[in-house]
Amino acid sequence: MTKTVLTIDDSRTMRDMLLMALEDAGYTVIQAVDGVDGLETLAARGADVIITDINMPRMDGFGVIEGVRADPNHRTTPVLVLTTESDVEKKARARAAGATGWIVKPFDPAKLVDAVRRVAA
Amino acid sequence: MDAFEAIKVTFFQECDELLADLEAKLMLLEQGQTDLETINAVFRAVHSVKGGAGAFGLEALVRFAHVFETLMDELRSGRKPCDTITIKTLLRASDVLADHIQAAQGLIPQVDEGRSAALVAELEMLTHGGEAPPAVEDEDDDFGFMPMAFDMALDEPVAAPEPELEAVGWRIVFKPMGRMYANANETGLLLRELGRLGPTTVVLDDSETPTLDALSVEDGCLTWTVDLDAAVDEAALLEVFDFVESDCELAITPLGGASNMNAPFEDEPAAVLPASDDLDIAALLAKASGAVADPVPETIPFAAIEPEPAPAVATPAPTPVAAAPVAASASVAPAPVTIRVDLDRVDRLINVVGELVIQQAMLSQRVLESGLARSSGIALGLEDLELLTREIQDSVMAIRAQPVKSVFQRMPRLVREVADMVSKQVRLVTVGEDTEVDKTVVERLAEPITHMLRNAIDHGLETPDERIAAGKSAEGTVRLAALHRSGRIVIEISDDGRGINRERVKKIAIDKGLIAADAPLTDEQIDNLIFAPGFSTAAVVSDISGRGVGMDVVKRSIQALGGRISISSVPGKGSTFTLSLPLTLAVLDGMVVAAAEQTLIAPLPTIVESLTPQAADLHFVGGVDPVIRFRDRFLPLIDVALIMGFREQPMNPTDGVAVVVETEGGQQAALLFDAIQGQRQVVIKSLETNYQQVEGVAAATILGDGRVALILDVDVIVTDMRRKSIRPDFKLAS
Repeated sequence: MTKTVLTIDDSRTMRDMLLMALEDAGYTVIQAVDGVDGLETLAARGADVIITDINMPRMDGFGVIEGVRADPNHRTTPVLVLTTESDVEKKARARAAGATGWIVKPFDPAKLVDAVRRVAA
Repeated sequence: MDAFEAIKVTFFQECDELLADLEAKLMLLEQGQTDLETINAVFRAVHSVKGGAGAFGLEALVRFAHVFETLMDELRSGRKPCDTITIKTLLRASDVLADHIQAAQGLIPQVDEGRSAALVAELEMLTHGGEAPPAVEDEDDDFGFMPMAFDMALDEPVAAPEPELEAVGWRIVFKPMGRMYANANETGLLLRELGRLGPTTVVLDDSETPTLDALSVEDGCLTWTVDLDAAVDEAALLEVFDFVESDCELAITPLGGASNMNAPFEDEPAAVLPASDDLDIAALLAKASGAVADPVPETIPFAAIEPEPAPAVATPAPTPVAAAPVAASASVAPAPVTIRVDLDRVDRLINVVGELVIQQAMLSQRVLESGLARSSGIALGLEDLELLTREIQDSVMAIRAQPVKSVFQRMPRLVREVADMVSKQVRLVTVGEDTEVDKTVVERLAEPITHMLRNAIDHGLETPDERIAAGKSAEGTVRLAALHRSGRIVIEISDDGRGINRERVKKIAIDKGLIAADAPLTDEQIDNLIFAPGFSTAAVVSDISGRGVGMDVVKRSIQALGGRISISSVPGKGSTFTLSLPLTLAVLDGMVVAAAEQTLIAPLPTIVESLTPQAADLHFVGGVDPVIRFRDRFLPLIDVALIMGFREQPMNPTDGVAVVVETEGGQQAALLFDAIQGQRQVVIKSLETNYQQVEGVAAATILGDGRVALILDVDVIVTDMRRKSIRPDFKLAS
């Protein structure tokens, strides 16, 4: 069975990029445009792996991670955050919030797929 | 277009949206709304531009966006105040950012490097608080990106790392802490990843497992030792543990060599058993609960890591009601759900609906003519059909409707630039950006609005000194508003400047021979002289005249859209230009009139009133040109059938109907027709597309009885055609 990846990003460009790379690697992709939409989509459709941006309107990526971890149905779902290379502080915050891992932007599709595979049960 | 190029197109589209949003948010900041959410929104917009630009290797854009973003980060963290000077700089930076985006798209050859560099310096100055920025941009440097090759051919599995010459294998000892699991990392997956690097032998030391009552999820109690029998690069190993290195104790030792890490484990695992059996959870649990008395550490063979290990925690099926905590601010609307449709398809639909409306009208007329009673089932059914048809038409028109926002959003930049050029301080206030109007109308609004704003700033507003002397604030206000009024869209452009200098306008008009020196004109008429052709010339349009066109040109372009423009002005207080346009260019409310066997449509908005000419009201100027008395004034009376060539001889005015019309220029005239047949909404069919342009005819339509009716171009008829066509042999018959 193909695994489903939920991508949460307010940038259409980034969503398209994630979609292209992940679908090419055989994943099913569902998309959300911000944190609130992300958690709602997760509740409604579920996901095997979540990839979330950090800076988003309505609810940021930290909110997403906390929401996922607080949800008994999804607290063991891996969450990867999209972050910029040097953002040590954000990485630490994301980890403290419960992020499983991170993907550095701009990402190489192979690296992205690699990161998803590493956390996908 | 390949997928990558398609995403690039998406990126530039998104950039347009981001820039619009950026502009809107900066305007809010300028208006004093410097709350965190607004600053954050600006940050996000710039950040998103940078993120996408990085993916496409648009280096110049990334660099500029980075400097911009860095300052925004300072502002949102509160480390720097969001003061007026900063906001002004941000506004100019957004202009340069827009230029960079255009340059990246190839829409402009290049960015003004001097301006860009100056802005970068300004932004950095604000970021670093007046100190020179660090010489080397190594702080927080996330723009030192590598342009990525978006090669979709993924190599599976991971390319084998470079073999390390000395190491023939590795011993990895790691002890996960509880929080590693809390973050949804799993030992099984890490072992699986190690297994991808080469053959492994895995040993579990569970000797630290406490009894169940002492078990804490915060503590790790299992220690794993993995011998990897492959000469891989250590970096490849570290990458496996990248996500968890701070959530576990980890020691990596080359097999047969000394440890190159500070191993937290002093003891080697008690024994390494050949990998054979699966992990015996039952035994573990039994031991954890204290059932097994033997405290001696035992090693449990663990190997043959399945690619799909069972999850450590059973996950119940997701339910839709699982309400996740949502920190949404109630005031923020969710992103609208949209689909993108090719404009051609919409236009095709509009055309077909136009045909439907006509067909429906024809059907109604035939039923009526057949003598069926209005109460008959067919007639009633047709009435319902008519309502539905109208509803479909409205809905289709709504598809093409767009908010004027897209035009309004381009204006702040223009205002800034013009204000800089003429050294005035200007605040632009926009109202009613969400007002919707047909797409074609929106597109054609930009030019007249641009011109009128320039005009308002250049001519309307005073210099700061003059304003202060006049007891006003140094900063002038220009207001751009859109609203719906009686089925039309109204655009108002007002300024709080000096108002129209009527003496000067009158003098210019006299000098240019537009009016007689002694012409008795009302204030309103004087004000409207600025729209007269030939009024605006270089002598009037001041320093920004290089790009200027006269107000008469603006007026013409508005009229071409079926619009009207007027001005009202109060000396010393300012002027307001009011522009009114039809909501759509696809349908028109018209009066159906007959003229010598022909059916014509006079656009309803041009009609003032209609009257039956009485012989006593008719006069002939110079014995030739007929005029008709209308409310103490004489209006030219135009025999439309005659000037259109529908008949050779003029008709007797008292046999017909005079329809008083007003041109966009406010010029009134009476059009003479045989009879008025009624009023109706008609679908506009372009004559130019289907035939050719005909003087005096704006377009055509198809009536309910299937006849083609010409829609009159009242302006052309009144201003251009009447003089050349009035026959000298015209005589009043009675």
